[in-house]
This record gives sequence, C-alpha cells and structure tokens, in this order.
Amino acid sequence: MSDPGIRLTASPHVRSAESTIRIMWSVVISLVPVIAASTYFFGPSALLVLLASVAGCLITERLFGAVKSSLADGSAMITGLLLGLTLPPGFPLWMAFLGGAFGMAFGKLIFGGLGQNIFNPALLGRAFLQAAFPVAITTWPAKPENWWTLQGDNLAWPFMSPVVDGVTGATPLGNLKFGDEPVITPISDLLFGTTAGSLGETSAVLLLIGGLYLAIRGHLNWHIPVSILLSVYLLSGLFYAIGISQFPPLFMLLSGGLMLGAIYMATDMVTSPVTNAGCWVFGVGIGALVVIIRIWGGLPEGVMYAILLMNALVPFINRATQPRKFGSARRKAAAARKGGS
Amino acid sequence: MGARELLTFRHGVHPPENKHLTEGIASRRLPFPGEVILPLSQHIGAPAKALVKAGERIERGDVIAEAEGMISSRVHATASGTVKGIEHWPHPSGSMQPSIRIEVDPHSTQMQRPRLVPHWNEVPAEQLSEEISKAGIVGLGGAAFPMHVKLRPPKDQPIEVLIVNGCECEPYLTSDHRTMLEHPDDVHMGIRIVLRALGITRAVIGIEANKPDAIEVMRKTVPGDLDVSVQTLKVKYPQGAEKMLIKAVTGREVPSGKLPASVGVLVQNVATTANVARIFETGQPLIERIMTVSGRGIRQPGNWVIPFGTRLRDVIDACGGLTEDAAEIVFGGPMMGQSQATLDVPVLKATGGILVLSKDECKQQDILPCIRCGKCVEACPVFLNPQLLGSLARVERFEEMAQEADLGDCMLCGCCSFVCPSNIPLSQMFAMAKFQLNRLARL
Repeated sequence: MSDPGIRLTASPHVRSAESTIRIMWSVVISLVPVIAASTYFFGPSALLVLLASVAGCLITERLFGAVKSSLADGSAMITGLLLGLTLPPGFPLWMAFLGGAFGMAFGKLIFGGLGQNIFNPALLGRAFLQAAFPVAITTWPAKPENWWTLQGDNLAWPFMSPVVDGVTGATPLGNLKFGDEPVITPISDLLFGTTAGSLGETSAVLLLIGGLYLAIRGHLNWHIPVSILLSVYLLSGLFYAIGISQFPPLFMLLSGGLMLGAIYMATDMVTSPVTNAGCWVFGVGIGALVVIIRIWGGLPEGVMYAILLMNALVPFINRATQPRKFGSARRKAAAARKGGS
Repeated sequence: MGARELLTFRHGVHPPENKHLTEGIASRRLPFPGEVILPLSQHIGAPAKALVKAGERIERGDVIAEAEGMISSRVHATASGTVKGIEHWPHPSGSMQPSIRIEVDPHSTQMQRPRLVPHWNEVPAEQLSEEISKAGIVGLGGAAFPMHVKLRPPKDQPIEVLIVNGCECEPYLTSDHRTMLEHPDDVHMGIRIVLRALGITRAVIGIEANKPDAIEVMRKTVPGDLDVSVQTLKVKYPQGAEKMLIKAVTGREVPSGKLPASVGVLVQNVATTANVARIFETGQPLIERIMTVSGRGIRQPGNWVIPFGTRLRDVIDACGGLTEDAAEIVFGGPMMGQSQATLDVPVLKATGGILVLSKDECKQQDILPCIRCGKCVEACPVFLNPQLLGSLARVERFEEMAQEADLGDCMLCGCCSFVCPSNIPLSQMFAMAKFQLNRLARL
C-alpha cells in the first residue's frame, strides 16, 4: 500500500537536538577541569584511583550484559568518575575498583539499569566502601615530596591490611570538628583546593564552573544546587549566630564534599524529583541533613548520607509535587477534593 | 516595543521555525488536476451525505454532499467535471473513507454557477451562521470543526470577544501568514461578519512576533469603525493552540474540560475568517485554500491555492517533485501533522501544509530509557506530568492515566516528545492510550 521509500511515523516529526547521550557526555566533559586539578594537587595517584573506579563501573555493566558497550551512553563513566572523586588520593586501587563494581551492580543494574535506580550509584558505591574500609577511606596521606610519587597505599594487594603512612594530614572539616585545637582553614584555600581531602572535594571554584557550564547547556537543574547551598548557608548561619555551632557558614559551603554533592551527585536526573517544586523540597532536605550531620553527627561529613536519604524520598516528593493542570483550581483544592472521594 | 515582555503562555517549546523556506513566496494557483477526490468526511463530526451519482455533470461550487446532523459540514465540488463514482479511497487520516471522485473537465473555464447570497448586513444575525453552514466552512487551523456550530454558543455563556488566530505556531507553515499579507481586507471583512453573527463588537487578532510584516499590514488595514486590535505574541509553540492563545491574549485559563465560550471567548483562524468574507463577496463556498508546500524534500517549496481533493501526487508533481533524500510526507505541521502512506490521498479543508521532510530533517533516533530529567514536565503547556503518563502508558495502565494523571487534558501537541532527550514517543503513547480508552468506553 505505501509508496516505497516513504516513512510513516507519529507526530511530532521533528525533535530537539538534545539527547540523553549528549547530556551524559557533557557531564563527563564538565568534570575534566576537576580531574585535571586533582591530578595537579595529588599527582598520578589521583588518575589511578579514578581509572580504577571507572574500570569497576564499566566492566561490571558490561558483565551484566545490560548494554552492548558500556561507553555507549556515558552514564557508567559518570558513575565511575564521581565515585573516584569522593575517594582519598592514597586509596588502594583494588578497593576503588570494588566500590565501582558494587555501586554499578547494586546501585543501578539490579534495579533494571539506566533510569530505573532509586539511589545515586556512585554514592551507594562510596557508602559501601565507607562501611567496608572505614580506615582506608578516611586516611589522608600527607603530600609526598615529589609530584610523581604515588600516595599512600595505591598499590596495596587486595585483602592485605594497608600499611598506614605515619604522617597523615587532616581535612578541614576533620580539623575543625575533631582536632585537638580546632582550626578554621582559610576560605581561599578551600576555594582553590590547596587542602587535604578527596580528589574532587578540594576545589570549589572548578566545581562551580563545571556546574555553571551544565546549567547553561540545560543539562543540570539549577534549582537543586541552589536550594542545597542556600539552605546550608542559611541554616548553618543561624546556628553559628546563636552559638550552637562552631562552623562559619561560608566554611560550611566550601568545605568537604558539599560542592561536589550539590552540583554533581544530587542533580543526577534519575534520582532527583521531576518537578522544580520537588527539587526545592529535595534540595532543602539535603541541606538540612548536611548541617545536622556535620554539627551533631558522629562523622565529619554528611553529604553522602544526606543525598542517599533524600534519594529514598524522591518518589514521595514526586507524588506530592505534581504540577497543577491548566485550567484547574490550585493544587491544594484539587488534593482536598481527591482526598474526600 | 523593546523592553516590554510579549504576551504568551507558560511552558511550551521552541522548535526550529524553518518558515524562511516559503514565507516570502506569494501564493499562486496550482493548475487544476485531472481528477479530484472529495471524502464525505473532511471535518470533525458526522460524515456528509452524498447528493450526486456517477455520471452526473457538476459545476465548480455545486453542493455534492449535504451535512448530516448537528455537527457536520457540506461538501462542494472543487472543480467542474463528471462524477465518476463514490468509492472508498485513502484518506489523510490513514483510513479508507467513502469519497466522491470527480473527473475534471479539461475544457471547463472552472467558473462557478452564479449563486444568490444575501447581503451580510441585511439578514438577521442568526441567518449569517446559516449561510456560513451552507458554504461548508470548517476551522482551517487544523481541527476542521464546523464553524456554524461555534457561532451558536450556549445561551448561558455569552461571547464577549472574538480572537482571530494568526499565530501559525507550527514550524514551516506560512499559509496563514500569506493570507494576512495578501488578503487583509478579507480577514477584516470576515471579522465584521462574525462579530455581527455573534452580536458583539470587539475582536483581537493574535500574531506571533516572527511575522512583523503581517502585523503591520493587519494593523494598517483595520477599518476605522471596527474595534479590532492586533496583538503581537511571543514566538513559542503551541501559541496557536486555542487555550494557549486565550491565556496569552486575555490572561484567562479555560477551565479543564470546558470550551472557550466558558470564558467568553471565540477563537477563529485567520484563513477561516477570510473565507467567511468570500461567501458574501463572491458567493464562493469553501472549495480551495492557500496551502504551504515546504520541507527540504520538495524541489520547489511555495504557497499554493489548491482545490480540495487534489491528490498529493499532483501537488508534488506541480512543485517539481521529490528530492533524492525525501523521507517523509506530512499533512499539517511537523509537530502535530499526520504522516501520509500513499501519494493518492487528497488534500482536504484542514490541510494547511504539505511537508516533505528530508532524511536530515526527521532523523530516526534510538529510544533510550527515561532518565527522569523533567524536561517534559517543563514543556507541557497544560501542566501535566508526561513522565508519569509515559511510565503508566508503558505498562498499559490507561484508566489510571485518565483518572489520576489527567490524560483527558492532553491535546497531543507533541511538546513532550519534542524535548525528550531519550526520544521516547510520549505523545504517540498518549494518543494510543486515548484510542484504547475510547474503544473501552464504546464496548
């Protein structure tokens, strides 16, 4: 019946140039400056740790047979890079690999692959590592004398107890919270990343630039980082002002994994709400949890657990923040009507 | 101008306009084809009832099928010739529909049989809608809703303002644009008649800002005694959708499930309005219109006055034929238009454009999983959640789509499918869900 060569498709017959693959790879590209900076600060160790966690993710996804090529959509690459960026430079490579494999398998693939997962796979990988190797993941080796010297226990054999280097440098958050004499690291050090910390936690400026690039291209919902950072700033400012907490608000914003978490982890499209209103609920929830964990928790840092906890609430947030359909009463009235029936 | 924000609605998308292909090309008459095929159903509502038999000689403009029932519309012969028969013929909707086939007389002058039409100013207002009904006028914006039905709104919902739709928000299409440039007086005359039929005095013409020449012409030609304003609107799809246009011009939201009359508005497309004037000026019923033939798959894009019933094949031949990389032929615009399977389909009253898209223009892309990016939610002009609707459609939970996710409010504008980075055919899934629900309701 149809004339040869004529295609039959449903409308719309044109589509935007945007594609999921492009979004994923532009996230990878936006991370390049951060990776370069961490290599500059921490030497080749940084690259090796990143490589190990990326390899863990890619190989696991390939083994599950979920995709023809793990590099096809770039999402496993992102998970690997983000996980690597949360790890300390001297982290044993086999652990980084294992973390990537765990995050990919239990964070994403058992849910059904891309788009189906509830928790951010990179953070789930890190949560696993933190539970399994609490010492290694909180060991911040002092800077070696030469840039090219490998840090800490990069090359430790699997399942051998790592030989912890005698000298360790504490992170700014750890310093302030658990140090014998609490020190507030200068803001400029935090901005440009000349402090001890995980690979991607140290330079707030580069993370902000990467986030800005993604937001301008429409590949990142700016409502999420803005609501997180704003709520952390305001809440910690309040607690600082009334003397409950010792953390100045600006220090809170720039230290630890907050920037990385707010810009790259919480904004993972799959595990964040779909409406902008929902994103604000989600962001403020993360911000509040971060402040609470940092001030009263037993850990120096709380970004990871804050995001994972809010990830779990996303389906409920989505349900509660449905858009108001055109030509209907305000959502509240509609909900009340529905509740009555 | 300048600093002031142009009127518009919230959400929506910005597909590439591609109007430059044809917007500067004045409309010309397509040669009469050897044969016209006129389906009895060219409008929303009951099909018309054929009045002619095979072998009958008819003149251009003769009534060949009568409206059946309240919501229906007459069909007129669009060319003089001999009725060859009434048979099932491919219809642009994709089905086979009973159609009157007319062999066009090559020696005819194609003049209409003279017809008596009352002077618009001398008949009672109710008779105007009767004359409009007799001329077979339906909405030319795409929906093809019989116009006379709209002119008789419920008594408890009086119309206060007429909005004339000159948005033409679909990419590529320029037929309304050309109508405004070439026949501004017809549009104003049509407005005058419709205002009289409704017993009101105020009209607004809404035009997107990408047609500055049309805005200027329409402003200049407003007759001094008419209360007609021309409103420039922001370029955004679907600005020309009835509800979006009303929101932009009046700030009012048509309540969900209600008609524009519920907020005192009647919306009429510019080309429809111009055709109303022609009934009373020349006695010509709705038998032809300006259609845009465009896309990178056709050799000579342009705007043509084409008699309804002309086969797609004849239109393409007259426009220089298809290019090597022509991939898809669409009736209407690229956002809501319908793909055509055969070159034998006739063009109809609601065919505002014929697009031949090249392979590059309608790339086929792999469908990836939904990554819940929320872009569809930000695009939907009626504020639904296409992401939720899509995940329900995937598992065929159609009833839930209607009851809990407001599928009924979806107008299938295609914004969600357009923005989806994973190329999920959301609006296609919603169309299917609506179809299935209709079928279940009929069982």
